[in-house]
Amino acid sequence: MDVQVWTYIIVGLTFALYIAIAIRSRAGSTKEFYVAGGGVSPLANGLATAADWMSAASFLGMAGIISFSGRDGSVYLMGWTGGYVLLALLLAPYLRKFGKFTVPDFVGDRYYSQTARIIAVVCALFISFTYVAGQMRGVGIVFSRFLQVDITLGVIIGMAIVFLYAVLGGMKGITYTQVAQYCVLIFAFSVPAIYISIMLTGNAVPQLGFGSDLINEPGVSLLDKLDGLSTELGFDKYTTGKKDTMDTFFITMALMVGTAGLPHVIVRFFTVPKVSDARKSGLYALFFIAILYTVAPAVSAFARTNLLDTIPNTSYKEAPDWFRKWEKSGLIAWKDKNQDGIIQYTKGKPFEGKPNFVKLDNGDFKRGFNGEIVVSNKIIKGENELYIDKDIMVLANPEIAGLPDWVIALVAAGGLAAALSTAAGLLLVISTSVAHDLIKKSINPNISEKGELYAARLAAIGAVLIAGYFGINPPDYVAAVVALAFGLAAASFFPILILGIFSKKVNKQGAICGMLIGLASTLAYIIYFKFVNVNLNTPENWLFGISPEGFGTVGMVLNFIITLIVSKFTPEPPTEVQNMVENIRYPGDAKG
Amino acid sequence: MNPQDKRRYWKKNLRYLFFLLVIWFVSSFILGIVLVDYLDGVKKTPEGITVEDSNSFFNGFRLGGFKLGFWIAEQGAIYVFLIIIGLYVWLMNKLDKEFNIEEKEISTSDH
Repeated sequence: MDVQVWTYIIVGLTFALYIAIAIRSRAGSTKEFYVAGGGVSPLANGLATAADWMSAASFLGMAGIISFSGRDGSVYLMGWTGGYVLLALLLAPYLRKFGKFTVPDFVGDRYYSQTARIIAVVCALFISFTYVAGQMRGVGIVFSRFLQVDITLGVIIGMAIVFLYAVLGGMKGITYTQVAQYCVLIFAFSVPAIYISIMLTGNAVPQLGFGSDLINEPGVSLLDKLDGLSTELGFDKYTTGKKDTMDTFFITMALMVGTAGLPHVIVRFFTVPKVSDARKSGLYALFFIAILYTVAPAVSAFARTNLLDTIPNTSYKEAPDWFRKWEKSGLIAWKDKNQDGIIQYTKGKPFEGKPNFVKLDNGDFKRGFNGEIVVSNKIIKGENELYIDKDIMVLANPEIAGLPDWVIALVAAGGLAAALSTAAGLLLVISTSVAHDLIKKSINPNISEKGELYAARLAAIGAVLIAGYFGINPPDYVAAVVALAFGLAAASFFPILILGIFSKKVNKQGAICGMLIGLASTLAYIIYFKFVNVNLNTPENWLFGISPEGFGTVGMVLNFIITLIVSKFTPEPPTEVQNMVENIRYPGDAKG
Repeated sequence: MNPQDKRRYWKKNLRYLFFLLVIWFVSSFILGIVLVDYLDGVKKTPEGITVEDSNSFFNGFRLGGFKLGFWIAEQGAIYVFLIIIGLYVWLMNKLDKEFNIEEKEISTSDH
């Protein structure tokens, strides 16, 4: 059987599983739709949170980014795990005790203000929509890469699947499909990693393998070999970092705090029965996430070593098969600048932009002298002749290492699981925000239970359609917009959630000013450098050397300071609110 | 719980949080970012080029095949995060028991 048949079988089986779960767990009430009835076990919630959190970017993108940035990749490794410490210690138990359905619910009640609630809804919607567009695109890309299906059709298939379990099952359906999706994605990520680790170092644990000696060269550790290969070819050493320390600090903080402020992650902690379960599921969640996040840097190092060992200074004709196969997908391209038939790979870009392949009249690719696909891009001066998309490090990794076909098929199913599970979690936040926070809590408080559930389903349908539209017609700025989502979560939600729990005196005036200023400053900074003056986006122009990716940290600090100062000079919150804050600090029935 | 117990419970909780967050900050931001070059036994020249730093105590030090800073930044910090949350769960469960907090299932309600 070839890869494609395997892929159809494995992806088909996983989809059948998700649909079966969706049909079995239909939501009958708003409580089931919003928080799965509040009866999810901490273990299941930990698994679901992990799948919810790990998106197409974690699964397909991250290892590739680290592969090309070496030690600097730790920004993402620490940034996207460290937030769980904040979440588990500072937010989850208290928000669970508060016991409502959404983040805007807490903001609206704690700050006794419809204005605060509406600002929170707008933030939640904005963050979730920016994030979900990328996921749908991810689904389309996996389909097109592995099954040669058109990206549009891939997105539509993805929409149909998510539609089934998110619209029918709500949080209940999502939770149990996410449990299944975690299992699929972690299996798909680990199997190739373990295989490659054994092949290169003889150690079956990838986390240890990338610190071990090579089988082929006893006494030489893998990372030393990689450092050696890198310097030989004119790259920086893999194990060193280039990023400015201060900027690294700010980006990592923004990612951590942003993670803790993402509404689709926070809401998962509303689904467990007790406060102690919320703490426990924080631990489970990080455990399951850490499996992928500690394997990923090993995958990066393995893939980089294999790449540098096999491709540079090889002639195109003798290059391994995967090179020619993935060339067709446009993830890799070669421009023989010095016309010696040999692939030169070193620092710098080979040409401008993504490869633009020349096609013949009959639709085939135009082939060059050595058989390579001809690119028409404007050449950039320099010796490097090779274009490599970062995504290839995970997508093609099994082939680069020569693994069996079914492992390659597994990677497709894993990428789909990662993208679909995150998309579903985000769609639920969107539908809850509209049906619960906007309609029930702001526009029509008298809506019946049945009417609200109906509205939630309609909102979910609307959200799936909009997300699908952006998946098919992605705005150019998808990547830039993800930085925005984290920055905004850090600058808007995190400070007022923390202060709302740990201070009784912080009031609505403070929270509203804090949120608005945190948001406005972060938005302005990111939009200025990412959209308005893209060519000014260099360290010399940044405020205190902080990149747009790290500016969420500044917005967060501003939010904290403003909220505290304004609260100091305006009236205290009413007694009921102060009592509520008192009440959420103790598990159990603290009134008794 | 009487008001006095409540105050004691909250104070202890805050003390735990402070202690755990200090570990969180030191393991990631101090060791994994600020001191990472020192722990790797290297330093950056003013031009931004990384060179061996013979003054670093950790120059030449290896944890298995890893330089220490690199390992903390790409692996160690994550393990520490897990330990922190594990400790927190354990400490808080103990604290709940000490204060005899019986946890009933709290309902998620909409009123």
